[in-house]
Parts: sequence; structure tokens; C-alpha cells
Amino acid sequence: MLIDQISVFVENKQGRLADVMKVLHDSGIDIRAMTIADTTDFGIMRLIVDDTEKAIAALKSDGCTAAVTKVIAFTIPDVSGSLYKVMDIINDNGINIDYLYSVMGKTAGRADIVIRVEDNDQAIKVLTDNGIQLISGDELCRG
Amino acid sequence: MFASAFGADCVTVKINRKGTKPMNYWNKDIECAPRSELEALQSYRLANTVRRVYENVAPYRAKMDAAGVRPEDIKSIADLSKLPFTVKQDLRDNYPYGMFAVPASEVVRVHASSGTTGKQTVVGYTAKDIDIWAECAARALVNVGGTKDDYVHVSYGYGLFTGGLGMHYGAEKLGATAIPASAGNSMRQLEMFRDFGSSIICMTPSYAISLIELMQEKGFKKSDFKLKAGLFGAEPWTEEMRRQIEEGLGLKAYDLYGLSEIMGPSVSAECVCQAGMHICEDHFIPEIIDPDTLEVLPAGQQGELVFTCITKEAMPLIRYRTRDIASLVYDKCECGRTLVRMLKPQGRTDDMLIIRGVNVFPSQIEAALLSVDEKATNYLLEVNRVNNLDTLEVQLETRPDMFGDDVKTLENYKKRVKAAIDSAIGVGVSIKLLEPKTLARSMGKAVRVKDNREIKNKFEKK
Repeated sequence: MLIDQISVFVENKQGRLADVMKVLHDSGIDIRAMTIADTTDFGIMRLIVDDTEKAIAALKSDGCTAAVTKVIAFTIPDVSGSLYKVMDIINDNGINIDYLYSVMGKTAGRADIVIRVEDNDQAIKVLTDNGIQLISGDELCRG
Repeated sequence: MFASAFGADCVTVKINRKGTKPMNYWNKDIECAPRSELEALQSYRLANTVRRVYENVAPYRAKMDAAGVRPEDIKSIADLSKLPFTVKQDLRDNYPYGMFAVPASEVVRVHASSGTTGKQTVVGYTAKDIDIWAECAARALVNVGGTKDDYVHVSYGYGLFTGGLGMHYGAEKLGATAIPASAGNSMRQLEMFRDFGSSIICMTPSYAISLIELMQEKGFKKSDFKLKAGLFGAEPWTEEMRRQIEEGLGLKAYDLYGLSEIMGPSVSAECVCQAGMHICEDHFIPEIIDPDTLEVLPAGQQGELVFTCITKEAMPLIRYRTRDIASLVYDKCECGRTLVRMLKPQGRTDDMLIIRGVNVFPSQIEAALLSVDEKATNYLLEVNRVNNLDTLEVQLETRPDMFGDDVKTLENYKKRVKAAIDSAIGVGVSIKLLEPKTLARSMGKAVRVKDNREIKNKFEKK
């Protein structure tokens, strides 16, 4: 169960984030999850949205540099130690996580986690074999 | 032998280069003349021109008088170095027509410089000057394989800039079909390439790159066109850009040189050997000088390029300092031409940046940049002084193909670009990545340097 994530290159300058948000808003895009990786002069905005194709088209026509990457999302109980448990499993199986971010789950008591790994198939198998519940883009933030 | 010097005799000869290959000359008697004959012609024309200039151009007469040089002292090209220099400021001081050597009744056209480096300067031409210019431009077109069957698509600006009309008259002189497209309306340029069958194009190299970008955007393929050669000039460009233009447009890309003060495009142009630009030496005598000592440098050495016009009627400049840094090669070219070749200008004495005391030419930075990423043609060099220290920032546009999902890829890219530039110029630079299409696109000369320092270290000497 892979999810399309959009990455957008943004310069570190005032108002840039608002510009990108306006482009998405004007196209009626709903953002499910978002995080920003930043350096001193640029950032990469990562977004999971309700309509990836439409969002990409809107961003590109606005002149943004954007790319689509496949990521994995899973849901865990919102209790101490549950993310540790998953990380332990991932680590034991020699999987390297490029990055991870958490999303506020809409169901009380659950947290949604998005990860980016090199080998998606292997990660999906390991997570599924260990009873971790994977979720789709639509389920993300929807409970 | 000089009776046919201005004749339009297009001669085909065979030379031995990877088998026998037909090679055209526009004016073989001159282009392949033995050096002794060429020098005799130059000496004769120089002496006449100096006399004419002394009699008719008051500002230059004053310079000669101040230097104690009389027209009769100039008998041959060996005496050239006795003459004082002309600089751009002389044209500004005598704006607009003060450097003209003929009355207004003889002048049939004026052009003016773009004024990128100060107040604009005006140049003039008699009917004969226009004809000689067309001859030089026709030579340039034949140099790169042009014939009367070609469609010469001129995308240099038409107007006060010499580029458009200069190449246009050359195309007509050759008997080719001139397409006066001028610059701008890039989409239509591509449609004309396709529909009009443009075979030789003339434009700035940076405009060629922007057309390649547009081709990719709009889905044009190079196979849609019948382009075979391009003459690119008016700004410095690198071998990497040459390869990129050749690949992107499916043609052979040649270097074209000229400046309005001397004539306009086609003062010199490359031949199919792509090994330096043949100067029309029967009209312009080149010298290379040390810009500091003003001494003439031996052949092969790099320095400031200086031209003396020896046939111009309206505005024959003597020892005009171009500010372009170049060198001259006198060996006979593989194409059979004996006309001296100038190697691609390595920058200009007046766009040289002094960064923390180190001389830096923007062209060095461009070459280093393109050696890492041959598509990195949209860049700007920004110079600032922060706490009394010069900083040089290379701003680069990102492209979808260099962008992935992670910071690492872009950081590594920045590191590689920085390392290449640092080692090329010997000064540490910072690299800033920009969003696409942030930098202004140019249809003429691209603006590559933004120097925000209040006190600019310029290379102005004397």
C-alpha cells in the first residue's frame, strides 16, 4: 500500500509557503499531511494530498519544481513505546529510514506515521508480517 | 592581385581533412593570401587611413599631435605601435558624431551600442562601409558552409544593435534567403524554424539555450527542423554551451565576433574547423596588448584585443581597445585560410571582477559550472561586500530533472558545483539554489553579473 507524496522545492524566502498554499487552494486541493525539510537557503515541502495529479499539474503550471515519491504510512496506538516497537522491528530487518514524519490521526488514540525507505516492497512485507496496520492515502487523517 | 579583393567570387577547393571535403571560400584571394601579400595590403591601407583620420577627425588628430606622431611616420604595419589608442570614452566624449571622418552627406546609416557598460555610443557607415560589412558577414556565412541555397534565420535584434542588420546584409550578399526574424516571440521563432526551413541561424548563445528550453516545454524535436549551422555571438560562451546547443538544436555551432565600434558582427568568425575565428584582416588589423603596460604582446599570448580599421570610411577607429581578452594564432588553418584566428574571448577587462583581490572572469565560473552540470545555463553571479569582505554568490535555478525528494541530492549537487568553481577561480563562493524561472531570460545579451558593491574594483587603467 504505497502513497504518492509530492515534494516541492521552495526557496527560503518570506511568503513562499503562502504562495504554494494559494496554488493548491485555488485548485481545490485538500492537504492530508505535510512536513518541511529545510536547509539555510531552500526547503523541500512534502505533501500528501487528496488529488496528486491535479496538485502536480497546478504546481508545475505555476512554475514550481515538484516531484512525486512513493512513501508508506501506517497507524499505531497513541501510547508510549508504540513507535519504538515499530522502529525496533524495522531496525532488526536492516531497513534504513530516509525520513519519517507523524500525522495527527483523526481517530482518538491513534497516530499515523509516514516513512520513506529505499526498498518499499521489503518494508511493506516486514510491517505486514509483524501485524502493523498500513493505511492508504485516503485513510490518512481520516481515521 | 588585389583587384578582386572585394569581388564576390565564391571558390570551391578541396582540402585534405578526413578524406577530401569540398570547402567554400567567399573571397579566396584574400582569405588564403600569403602573409607577405596581406601585410603589404594592410600597410598600404593603414597609411592611407591614418592620413585620412588625421585630416578629418579632430579628436584623434589631437591625440597624434600630443604623441608627436605625424601621418607620414606611418608607412607600414610595423609603425602601428607608434599610434595612440582609441577607447570607448573617446566615443562618449565626442557623442554622437565627433569621431566621424566623413561629412553627413556620405553617411548612409548609424547604429548605436546597447550601452550595457555606460552611455550609448554611436557609429556610422558610408555605402561602401555597408558593402564591406556585408562582404565580411557573407564570408562568415560561407565559413560555416553557407551557400545561396540557405535560409539564413537572423534572430539578432534588428534596430540600433548591429547584430540583426549586419547578418541580414551578409545573407543577402551571399544570395541566400534572409529571414529577418529579429529577437523575441520565441514560440514563433521555433515555428519559423520548422515552417520556413531555416538552415543557418544567427543569435546570441544564451537565446539559443532558451529556445532549446522552450522546445522541450512545447514538444518540438530537433528533427522538426532543418538547421545545419548557427553563428552565435555578442556574448562570451563556453565549449560546454557549444555542445549543448549542437545537441539541442541538431546543428554545428560556430562562434561569431564583432563590435559596433569596429563594424558589427563578422569582424571575425569561425570556420568549420571550430578552431578560432578568422579575422577579416584586409579590413581590420588586430593586435594583442598588455592592458597594464599597453605594450604589444607576441603572437600567441593572451591579452587585450585591439583593432585598427583600415578600410572604414565613416568611422575608422585607430587602435581601438576592445576590452576583450583574447589571443591570436597565425598558423595556417586546416580549412586553408591564412587569415589570423582569434581564440574565443576569455572575458573582458571591464567585466573582470576582483573578489578579495583575486581576478575573476565570469567565463571561468561558467565553464566550471557547466563542467559539473551541462544544463546549468541559468545562473547569476551576485557580488556583495559584507563587513568589508567581498562575497560571491552563484545563484542557480533548479530544474525538475535535478530534483528528487531529498535534501541530500541537492546538497551534494551544491557541494560539487562549489568545489568545481572554487578550484577554478581560487576564491570561495557560495551557491544558492533558486526556483525555476526566477532569473530573467534575455533575448539578447544575458545579464550574468550583479555587483552590489559600492566601490567596484574595475580594471580601468589609463
